[in-house]
Amino acid sequence: MKPSKEKILEVKKLTMDFGGLRAIDSFDLDICDKEIVALIGPNGAGKTTFFNCITGIYKPASGDIVINKNGKKERINGVRPNLITEKGFARTFQNIRLFGNMTVLENVMIGRHCRSKSSVAGAILRNKASIQEEKDIVNFSYNILKKIGLQNSVNELANNLPYGDQRRLEIARALATEPFLLLLDEPAAGMNPNETAELADLIKRIRDEEGISILLIEHDMKLVMKLSELIFVVDYGKKIAQGTPEEIKVNPNVIKAYLGEETNA
Amino acid sequence: MTTDISASKIDGIKKSVYTALWFMFLTFPIMVIKVNTIDNIIIWRWENMFFIGAGSFILSFIWRYMISKNEMKSEDSTGILQTFSEKITSEKKIYIPIIIAAAVFVIAFPFIFSMYNTNIMITALIYVMLGLGLNIVVGISGHLFLGYAAFYAAGAYTYALLNHHFDISFWFALPIGAAIGAVIGILLGFPVLRLKGDYLAIVTLGFGEIVRLILENWNDFSFGPSGIANIPRPPLFNLKLSLSEAIVYLYFIMVVLCIFTVFIIRRLEDSRIGRALVALREDETACQAMGIDKTKIKLTAFALGTTWAGMGGVLFAAKTTFVNPSSFTIWESIMVLCIVVLGGMGSIVGVIIGAMILILLPEYLRAFSEYRMIIFGIVLVLMMIFRPGGIVTSVRKNYKFELESK
Repeated sequence: MKPSKEKILEVKKLTMDFGGLRAIDSFDLDICDKEIVALIGPNGAGKTTFFNCITGIYKPASGDIVINKNGKKERINGVRPNLITEKGFARTFQNIRLFGNMTVLENVMIGRHCRSKSSVAGAILRNKASIQEEKDIVNFSYNILKKIGLQNSVNELANNLPYGDQRRLEIARALATEPFLLLLDEPAAGMNPNETAELADLIKRIRDEEGISILLIEHDMKLVMKLSELIFVVDYGKKIAQGTPEEIKVNPNVIKAYLGEETNA
Repeated sequence: MTTDISASKIDGIKKSVYTALWFMFLTFPIMVIKVNTIDNIIIWRWENMFFIGAGSFILSFIWRYMISKNEMKSEDSTGILQTFSEKITSEKKIYIPIIIAAAVFVIAFPFIFSMYNTNIMITALIYVMLGLGLNIVVGISGHLFLGYAAFYAAGAYTYALLNHHFDISFWFALPIGAAIGAVIGILLGFPVLRLKGDYLAIVTLGFGEIVRLILENWNDFSFGPSGIANIPRPPLFNLKLSLSEAIVYLYFIMVVLCIFTVFIIRRLEDSRIGRALVALREDETACQAMGIDKTKIKLTAFALGTTWAGMGGVLFAAKTTFVNPSSFTIWESIMVLCIVVLGGMGSIVGVIIGAMILILLPEYLRAFSEYRMIIFGIVLVLMMIFRPGGIVTSVRKNYKFELESK
């Protein structure tokens, strides 16, 4: 699989401050079309903050976030999260944030919200267009659940799903928004090796079959090394390395960040 | 297993005995000792101690039994009521006769019962409407709202003032009142967009009081505490209706409007908008990350909820033919909130049952009116312990797929 060279996301000199704390310090990152990119780093390095910046939950202090869709460039700094989702980003959360008291199918149907447009009047009058739209939403969502492998718990409440399924449901919900870039925040956290392997397959399948690029935050190095084509390493908000898995494995800066510096006593 | 249960029973009895002893000890000085200051003697009333001991023992035992039963039930995860209500809604043989019986009862009600009863029923139906409206804001979209009476007042004064100044009839005032309810809901919505939970409750509580105080003090506009009298009842073409006929007529208007409300909320619930409202309740951040415009949905929720308050207000004005600010105190807001919480947040049937219980019972139990507040409080506390989801808990819609069975 050779990734095409067209960039879909360019992040330039992104900086984010929380009061006096610089959480992200002029961070650069590019993602090409149909590429799986991983963002790794020690705990508290600023990975999730980076996610929150590019999905609009935080407004970055400075820098550019530019998306490139069909040859059209657009700067999305400080755009509201729901509009960013509409533009084609979809994310999952580190600590699962499903709509717990809604069914599995409804969770995915929420993802269709921004791709449909029936209003209050449409809901009350139930005209042809809104009935058709509702049908489409249900079918689309069900098909996604089938792809993810959750079709047997369609009517179960999301809260009652086992942990691994909840993680997968988050991915399903994100896919329902028809993104071109999927941002996964520690999708394998708390999973056993079997589940992690299944997840790796799933992520690969999403990329190969749907042609969706993936940006991944993960602590499970086996998963990261297996999946990603490009790895960015961040520590204290700064990029300390960038490269293919083979390069990262032997990069002295990375080893230092994870294991600490060797001291010659 | 059996030894286990009997052991827990003995344990329960033991604990209840301790509770009883503790209460006997605590109430000893006031219940047992009585000092006769004239004769300078002390009267020992030991029989009181016995009554307190026995009473607290029995109450404590019942309490423990209920709690343990409740815990067992939650392990089963399906309550009796849940399966019962599911049975009713799923089997045609059962629910069609029930609907017909209910319809006959509703139609016959004003002809069987006295005018007094019909009047109370109209009030209850107004509260059903208010409860269903507040249910959209509190139950479905999860915003704790304490100023609902303000919108109720807005509707009532809309009709009263429009009628007073411009002679506008009930049927024109009804949609106008609803619209004004919605507009004020949106206007209040803007400043409180960022608030949730307790903070929202406090702001809306303040808003409700502000509206009431304005109505009380702005004499030129609202005629102050003396209110507006002689508001006409709903007209039926140009017929002259006697008082009892007018009340029966209003009763049927109310029934139709309640059915209309239920119909609209049923349709909203499982629509794109309804789902977004529930998602907003569940998790705001995730909601936004899924592409839902938080601002828009929140304002929609407010507007959808307060519309019914505006409409209910017009009906209230038409029913009582008199409005003044004292009808729209914080107590009204809390009453409607209690209806929603007691009935079951997010459940239409629950809200209807809740309104009937909370409005009709106090009317028919006037003998106990002194203890109304105490009973109210006890009932709410017990509800929170034994059925925190309300009388009828809301159930999400089930979708069926042919592929599922394969």
